[in-house]
Amino acid sequence: MSAVAAEASTGRYETIRIADPVARPTKIAAKEVYVHYGAKEALHHVSIDIPAQAVTAFIGPSGCGKSTFLRCFNRMNDTIENCRVDGVLDMEGEDLNDHSLDVVLLRARVGMVFQKPNPFPKSIFENIAYGPRIHGVAQDKAHLQEIVETSLKKAGLWEEVKDRLNEPGTGLSGGQQQRLCIARAIAVSPEVILMDEPCSALDPIATAKVEELIGELRQNYTIIIVTHSMSQAQRVSQRTAYFHLGYLVEEGPTESIFNNPQEKRTKDYITGVFG
Amino acid sequence: MASTAETPALAGAPSPRSNRDVVEQNLARRHRNEAIFRFTGLGAILVGIALVGVLFGSILIKGVPAFTQATMTLEVDFDPEIINIPERPVLQASQSVAEYEQALLSWRRRLAFVNWNKVIQASLAKVLPAAADNARDAAGMIASGERIKLRDMVEADPSIVGTTQAVSLVAAANVDVWLKGNIDRTLPQHMQQLSKLQQEWSDELYQRGVISMAFSTALFTNVDSRSSPATAGLLGAIVGSVMMMLIVLVVAVPIGVMAAIYLEEFAPKNRLTDLIEVNINNLAAVPSIVFGLLGAAVFINFLGLPLSAPIVGGLVLSLMTLPTVIIASRASLRAVPPSIRQAALGVGASPMQAMFHHTLPLAVPGMLTGAIIGVAQALGETAPLLLIGMNAFVASVPSTPMEQSSALPVQIYLWQGNELRNFFEARTSAAIIVLLAVMITLNALAIFLRNRFERRW
Ligand SMILES: Nc1ncnc2c1ncn2[C@@H]1O[C@H](COP(=O)(O)OP(=O)(O)OP(=O)(O)O)[C@@H](O)[C@H]1O
Ligand SMILES: [Mg+2]
Repeated sequence: MSAVAAEASTGRYETIRIADPVARPTKIAAKEVYVHYGAKEALHHVSIDIPAQAVTAFIGPSGCGKSTFLRCFNRMNDTIENCRVDGVLDMEGEDLNDHSLDVVLLRARVGMVFQKPNPFPKSIFENIAYGPRIHGVAQDKAHLQEIVETSLKKAGLWEEVKDRLNEPGTGLSGGQQQRLCIARAIAVSPEVILMDEPCSALDPIATAKVEELIGELRQNYTIIIVTHSMSQAQRVSQRTAYFHLGYLVEEGPTESIFNNPQEKRTKDYITGVFG
Repeated sequence: MASTAETPALAGAPSPRSNRDVVEQNLARRHRNEAIFRFTGLGAILVGIALVGVLFGSILIKGVPAFTQATMTLEVDFDPEIINIPERPVLQASQSVAEYEQALLSWRRRLAFVNWNKVIQASLAKVLPAAADNARDAAGMIASGERIKLRDMVEADPSIVGTTQAVSLVAAANVDVWLKGNIDRTLPQHMQQLSKLQQEWSDELYQRGVISMAFSTALFTNVDSRSSPATAGLLGAIVGSVMMMLIVLVVAVPIGVMAAIYLEEFAPKNRLTDLIEVNINNLAAVPSIVFGLLGAAVFINFLGLPLSAPIVGGLVLSLMTLPTVIIASRASLRAVPPSIRQAALGVGASPMQAMFHHTLPLAVPGMLTGAIIGVAQALGETAPLLLIGMNAFVASVPSTPMEQSSALPVQIYLWQGNELRNFFEARTSAAIIVLLAVMITLNALAIFLRNRFERRW
């Protein structure tokens, strides 16, 4: 039965899923996630497995719910008035959506990089050191310095800023600021990094640097990235999920989604017919 | 694009050429409107500046002369004939402390009963022989409060009895008025406040330099006085106002800031918080006299706090300032970009950490400005203080906020109504200048702090 037919008969859209050629361990399994803003249902029964040590890209037209879904993974939706999340997000046996779960701990495990670079109006050093400090990760000053240095190195920013760690983070260029934000997220050693259109405010050169960085980070972290750039999704991700009007339409290996989309809506979107 | 010429024109759409003409046609009118708007705005600002200029000008012209005052420098004979008192008692080995204090007290009392007018008359007679025969006129030349100055000198150092000291004594208010030309000299004598003799003496002494216009320290070191207007000062009022300001700072600012933080960051958005919000905005618009009524009812009648005390005034002004502080603090919290808060939450800060580590420090300059402007407003507020009895005549400096006190704006109000118009008109303006100076200083401080702490993001 085709997805369209299923939708017509049950009023429920069934996501088309294509398995990876080589199975990857699952980091987070989202099951039947619904999100409401007030009375409006913005996400409808989304289920997806996020593979570990890989980059998963969320694509889809504007307003389809990519950011909304991404925010479910670190419970940033909690900070939005009227927003209600239902369903299960199972990260290695723990339900992220369980309200007895401590969000502070969760956000130490699931970091986030935002669309617009948002460094704290403090020094570069303080930007990175803040997370480890509030979580009490650093044992002493030397350790903290070490964390700052390794985070900046991992984010590929160390060479550019090592001589001006005490200058304000807001004084960096846009691309550097975004890499600073990535370094800030890395500094608390999260398991998962969420990125919501991390390159939309950057020029092509800065974008290339961030993409390269994502490729490196994938070795150690599980990454979910929201992007509007088809080529970026193809370049950085291993799996792609296509959202449309609050439905998860299709998800599968990036190559298969782009080369052989099953759904007409997916195909139209990636070939630029709409969206 | 090459295809432009081939595209059929939309019905009714003007061709590019005529479009340019249309725009050009309207251009003159648009520029004219703009110019009119600009000049109206400029005019409004000029009128505003002119009015402020007139206000400040008139206050300064009236008030500045009051900062100097007719002061007489006399060679005062501390004549033992007149100052007929025993030795200042000293603590004897045979005495108990209580006995010694008893003796000291009676010595002080004798000192107070010395005929100081006679001392002054004798000193005046040295420069004006006629004063020797006119006790009343002579006594009326010097501010009556200055007798206390002589007494204090002897009390501090009894050994000056029998010597002659140069002492500068503030002249009576009427002498000051006469010399400054604040009374019409052509008025008939029965309408004059100085006797013929005193008028002549004043002029003569002024010419001889015995009377000079010296800086009026009394204005800052003395309390209000009705018997000796020339030495009436603002000290009590200044201390009272400072106490009230401190109370406002300690009460209204922390409560206001905490309320703002809670409402802005933590309060659930529901009917109740909406209601609270609306009412806070309403409170800011409540006439201040209503707060005075509330203060009288709650703090004085119900809690039994004393009348005319800075504690009550401070609490009433705190209530009045609270909405201002809350509104300003919320506005500056809201002005902090949400991305900063998200960033903090994103790395795992708790809402409180995000607040106190990131949002609040960025909001502090705005909050400070709001708080200082609120305090400055409170400083100038008069109406609520009248209702809690602060318009009482208080001739003492409060040493605690529970004691009776005056306040600067109320002191201005009282002096404005003083029957010795000729003298107090200038004195009132001088008090206004002091009040304005304090306020401008506060506002300057607000601007300084804002610039100092302001950070870019
Ligand atoms: N705070 C909010 N309150 C109410 N509705 C919201 C809120 N945030 C998002 N929505 C709605 O939820 C739907 C999904 O929004 P979302 O921001 O997740 O879309 P998106 O896919 O990230 O879009 P874009 O690509 O433009 O970022 C939209 O219809 C949007 O209007
Ligand atoms: Mg989005």
